[in-house]
Amino acid sequence: MDFLTLFQVGDGAIRLAIPLLLACLAGLFSERAGIFDIGLEGKMLAAAFFSAAISAHFAFNPMGGYIEAEVCDARNVCTMQEQPVHYIAPVWIGLMAGIAASLVLSLIHGLASITFRGNQLISGVAINFLAAGLTVVIAQSWFAQGGRTPSLSGRDDAGRTLEGGRFESIDWPGAFTRIREMRDASPGMQFYSELVSGHTILVYLALFTVPLSWWVLYRTRFGLRLRAVGENPAAVDTAGISVVGLRYAAVGICGVLCGIAGAYLSTAVQAGFTKDMTANRGFIALAALIFAKWRPWYALGACLLFGLFFAIENRFPDIRVPALGIIAFLLVSSALMMVYALRNLKIDVIVLGTLSAIFVAIALGIGVSVESITQSVKLPTQLIQSLPYILTVIAVAGFVGKAIPPRAGGEPYVKER
Amino acid sequence: MNVLKSMLGAVSLSALSTTAVMADPALIFDLGGKFDKSFNESAYNGAQRWAEETGGSYAEVELQSDAQREQALRRFAEAGNTPIVMAGFAFANALSEVAADYPDTDFVVIDVDWIDLPNVRAIGFSEHEGSYLVGMMAGMASETDTVSFVGGMDIPLIRRFACGYAQGVVAANPDASVISNMTGTTPAAWNDPVKGSELTLAQISQGSDVVFAAAGGTGIGVLQTASDEGILSIGVDSNQNYLFPGQVLTSMLKRVDNAVYDAFSAGDDLETGIFTFGLAEGGVGYAIDEFNADLVSADMQAAVDAAAAEITAGALAVHDYMSDETCPAIEF
Repeated sequence: MDFLTLFQVGDGAIRLAIPLLLACLAGLFSERAGIFDIGLEGKMLAAAFFSAAISAHFAFNPMGGYIEAEVCDARNVCTMQEQPVHYIAPVWIGLMAGIAASLVLSLIHGLASITFRGNQLISGVAINFLAAGLTVVIAQSWFAQGGRTPSLSGRDDAGRTLEGGRFESIDWPGAFTRIREMRDASPGMQFYSELVSGHTILVYLALFTVPLSWWVLYRTRFGLRLRAVGENPAAVDTAGISVVGLRYAAVGICGVLCGIAGAYLSTAVQAGFTKDMTANRGFIALAALIFAKWRPWYALGACLLFGLFFAIENRFPDIRVPALGIIAFLLVSSALMMVYALRNLKIDVIVLGTLSAIFVAIALGIGVSVESITQSVKLPTQLIQSLPYILTVIAVAGFVGKAIPPRAGGEPYVKER
Repeated sequence: MNVLKSMLGAVSLSALSTTAVMADPALIFDLGGKFDKSFNESAYNGAQRWAEETGGSYAEVELQSDAQREQALRRFAEAGNTPIVMAGFAFANALSEVAADYPDTDFVVIDVDWIDLPNVRAIGFSEHEGSYLVGMMAGMASETDTVSFVGGMDIPLIRRFACGYAQGVVAANPDASVISNMTGTTPAAWNDPVKGSELTLAQISQGSDVVFAAAGGTGIGVLQTASDEGILSIGVDSNQNYLFPGQVLTSMLKRVDNAVYDAFSAGDDLETGIFTFGLAEGGVGYAIDEFNADLVSADMQAAVDAAAAEITAGALAVHDYMSDETCPAIEF
């Protein structure tokens, strides 16, 4: 494997991690304040739709109309063409609309779970259903293209080139943009062109929100109170600070971050909305949140790790491993599980004992079925796909430190019982 | 007794009259959605063509989950719709359950060629033949001698596309290698353009400069990324050349629209049984229009036409993945 392949996998990992990261941080703010949010998926979806829809509207109907201007192509042949006049790039208005849509859903969630003290999980599920249905219905009624928005790049019906409809990648000075050019460059240049340069502004923004979230949560008075409201709202209330206000603020921040995540999917990665385009990324973000133990920097690590798994799966659909390696891995992990279990409770021995028995059985099965022990066996892609979930289960089971959720999470705050 | 008789008579009369009024055909779209710009949209176009030409109307439903298949079938059958056309291989099980309960209703299922029931018209397409032709074009158009394939859900039908494509590529360009990726293993794989983009980027980074997408709505992401990165793409099922003019090399056509149109037109006289539409029957093919005319060289056109003639005449047999679950040109 050469450096370029490595950097390309890294690049894919970043691209795939960004929507997870934004949604994960959104969930982090909400859950740290004691509001569980499984509506991340729905909020992202609504934001993806509205940012693409509004961006499409302004890209197709420029606010300043059209002017005749001279346009020169690469061969310096100049012609008079109609040029759209945008006061603000349509995609930025789209981003604002996406954030607004996500905020509205957040407020509904807040209203149901904070003001009316309803069940937070049910409200979250309702938001997911609401977004899945509404986006397609509204898209059909606005654009009549079967629940999708028109493409944000390309040309409109009159043959005019669309401008500013989506976030373009930012090429840093001197960086190569085409993969063919990168192949012959030095590793340093490849790193610079592939990993540092060539992302959309939302990627840099998302990466910047990690230190920002850390600073807000751990270095400001607001952050301290926000974390306290998720652990012990009664204490916060006793100190004379509004629990309801803090929780609404957290839910609002959650809405903004989900809005950016949705806009990233439909206006940066893709050029338009298609139905259900979030494809369960909101739920994967929740898994990442648990894996990250509700901490911002860990969230970055967890999302990049998940992104890396997805990128590896995309880049290497068939990974071959010697049978010996798999058998050794299974036997060693079952032995480790037994050692762990015997030190602990009886129930652990039963559960983990069964699991290690299954592992040993699979190892034996592989050992019997292959012709020679050094023969390479294809790992099923499903295994790589499921790795993030397996890791989350391991995290929740407490193998890598304890993942303890905020203590008051999921509980509506009642002043007096 | 008399009362009972007349009641029965009335019931059967009203049953007759409802069938007479409600004998509209029905169309059930699969999970990819009616406007996937591909498979389902092709079925929709066929139905629309029928509706416009005859002025008739038809019932339709877009499924949201696997669980609705049988429910939708029974609802249309109970309502007296006939024939009921299903777009998608995934209806096979539900149809086998339901068909016998409604002997007077005709069912048409597309992409299934193994259900042999007296009231079922099962239509299969020889996708490997059409894919072979576009594969040849890809092999000739490639400058890097590497081309790629993005499939939707990993099922034998999609592997049939990939296998035909790979055979065509190798036939036209023996030095070429083919990279193949499947989007996923669940129906969600038909609707994940973001993943489609990622797979395409991964393939481009491995040197691919022509990508063939057989992935429903996911294919939009593939074609978009191919256009963004300046490589060629190949559309599927419907003619997708217009989506990115000058960037889509061609589209592998699968005339689902004709299958739906013919079924709707036949009405009660529908011929049942198992049918396979290949190149010879005009069931599959490739698209040339004003959007890709500049991309297809005369050599390419000649080679593909020659191969098409050979396949039609039976002189050239493209291996069908679904016949023995193996492929000579690519490994899954």
